[in-house]
Amino acid sequence: MAKDAQKGVLTDPDRKVVAEPSEPGPLRIVGEAILARVLAPFAELGILMRLFFETLYWAVRPPYRGRQFIAAMEFVGVGSLFIVSLTGLFTGAVLSLQLVDGFRRFSAESQTGAVVGLGLSREIGPVFAALMVSSRAGSAITTEIGSMRVSSQIDAMLTMAVNPVQYLIVPRVIAGLVMVPFLTLLFDVIGMFGAHLVGVHLLGLDSGVFLERMRWLVSFPDIRQGLIKAAVFGTTVCLIACRHGFYATGGAAGVGLATNRCVVQCAIAILALDYMITGIILGQGLG
Amino acid sequence: MELRSIFKRLANEGELVDDPADRADEVHVRIRNVSKTYGEHRVLKDVSFDIHRGKTNLVIGPSGSGKTVLMRQLIRLEKPNAGSMTIDGHDIAKLEGRTLDRLRSRMGMVFQSSALFDSMSVFDNVAFPLVEHSTLSRKEIRERVMDRLESLGIGHAHGKMPSELSGGMQRRVAVARALVYETQIVIYDEPTTGLDPITTRTVDELILEAQSKFGVTSVVISHDMASVFRIADQITFLNFGDVVASCPPAQLLGSLSEELADYIHASGVSADILRGARG
Repeated sequence: MAKDAQKGVLTDPDRKVVAEPSEPGPLRIVGEAILARVLAPFAELGILMRLFFETLYWAVRPPYRGRQFIAAMEFVGVGSLFIVSLTGLFTGAVLSLQLVDGFRRFSAESQTGAVVGLGLSREIGPVFAALMVSSRAGSAITTEIGSMRVSSQIDAMLTMAVNPVQYLIVPRVIAGLVMVPFLTLLFDVIGMFGAHLVGVHLLGLDSGVFLERMRWLVSFPDIRQGLIKAAVFGTTVCLIACRHGFYATGGAAGVGLATNRCVVQCAIAILALDYMITGIILGQGLG
Repeated sequence: MELRSIFKRLANEGELVDDPADRADEVHVRIRNVSKTYGEHRVLKDVSFDIHRGKTNLVIGPSGSGKTVLMRQLIRLEKPNAGSMTIDGHDIAKLEGRTLDRLRSRMGMVFQSSALFDSMSVFDNVAFPLVEHSTLSRKEIRERVMDRLESLGIGHAHGKMPSELSGGMQRRVAVARALVYETQIVIYDEPTTGLDPITTRTVDELILEAQSKFGVTSVVISHDMASVFRIADQITFLNFGDVVASCPPAQLLGSLSEELADYIHASGVSADILRGARG
């Protein structure tokens, strides 16, 4: 076939004119681009849900790889202990600093311990712990699985009759589900310690009042609320991280892009889910 | 008790029952009318040929002719749009789940990039299929792995990480991994690409050695014409999705088609020299 430059059509050797498919107009191109943008979040949600159910399906089927689970828990949980402790300490400290300053305006600084306890256990603990896990472990999971994808290691696993969802994703998602609640508890405890340190030792609050008010206002349902959120966030963060690594394309640059998307999506998902779960638990705010 | 029986059933599901007649058949894999399309691009067009049991079967053809795509269908990394690929009487294109896994575990693939798990040592890479599928004890796994590594001349590297190995050694580890567990078919995707001539010859010898020592059927994708005619028992020439020829090398050289003659000529190796090499 030869291209007829004059007419812009393709011709066969017998010079019979073959019609070229009509090119889409600019309006259609713009329309399709907008539609793709609008539908992208739904498509992303669909991919995540499919991977979630696939993970559930493979989680209950043998073989059960204890070592993989322990390694994933060590990586997601134990590996995040330091960063979660550090951020917990500073968050509690700054919270105490701000609350004492604010409450002193109407002589209510005795409530600092109670509000810090409530804020940490219900909201700040699970959200911050999950954000720390997503930026430390989530990004590393995406990079690791993404590198395996682009260097054919996942294909190699398939050729050895090992399901990569079961081998790579199930242990990591379960590690998120189990370890983020533990990290949240740690964040709460260290956050309260930081708040006590600043409120009592630096700003002169009474230690007994600080602790008694905290004990008076913070009850088990508040901690349970935080732990439920932490379990949901942990599962979501690890699932998003695995999803981006598992479907990474385009070599090293593609893996970098996937890691970037993972961190952004994790942060958005944590904050959006936080609002939804809070709305469900409190029974208000969801319309 | 109930739970135990459920787990037992899950573990044993998808058993693969072979017909002895199929296992005795000289043709190991029958590829019939396989087509694969990506969007509007038809990569494989009704591809049909046989892969012979215990032989070295070469698939050659220009870049983009669908060789790797065909191999990805053969090990079911992708599903063909049409056609069948019958291995020991089982059409891999139709299998799913555990049955597919059981058939896949009879095959090994050596990727162009070797695709070794970079988080595992050489030993763990080779032991991986055994740890996952066999009921061997740790000691037996160790013995089997070391035996494969020693027989391929890389026993000393068992504790190293893949990143510490040269390209040729990585290829050897990949071959050891492909051969370690009840493998009957080994697929090599361009095993000599990017290697120097001496390492290329070593890899060729490795393929022949694996075949003679372990009695496997080898399927090799290659561009290296000298290497092709050195090791091939059967050659299939794929030209942009079509099978142009599938026969033993001597027969192929005896009746060169225009496309194949062009391909051999472009590779810089004279057909006469190849005839001499075979002779």
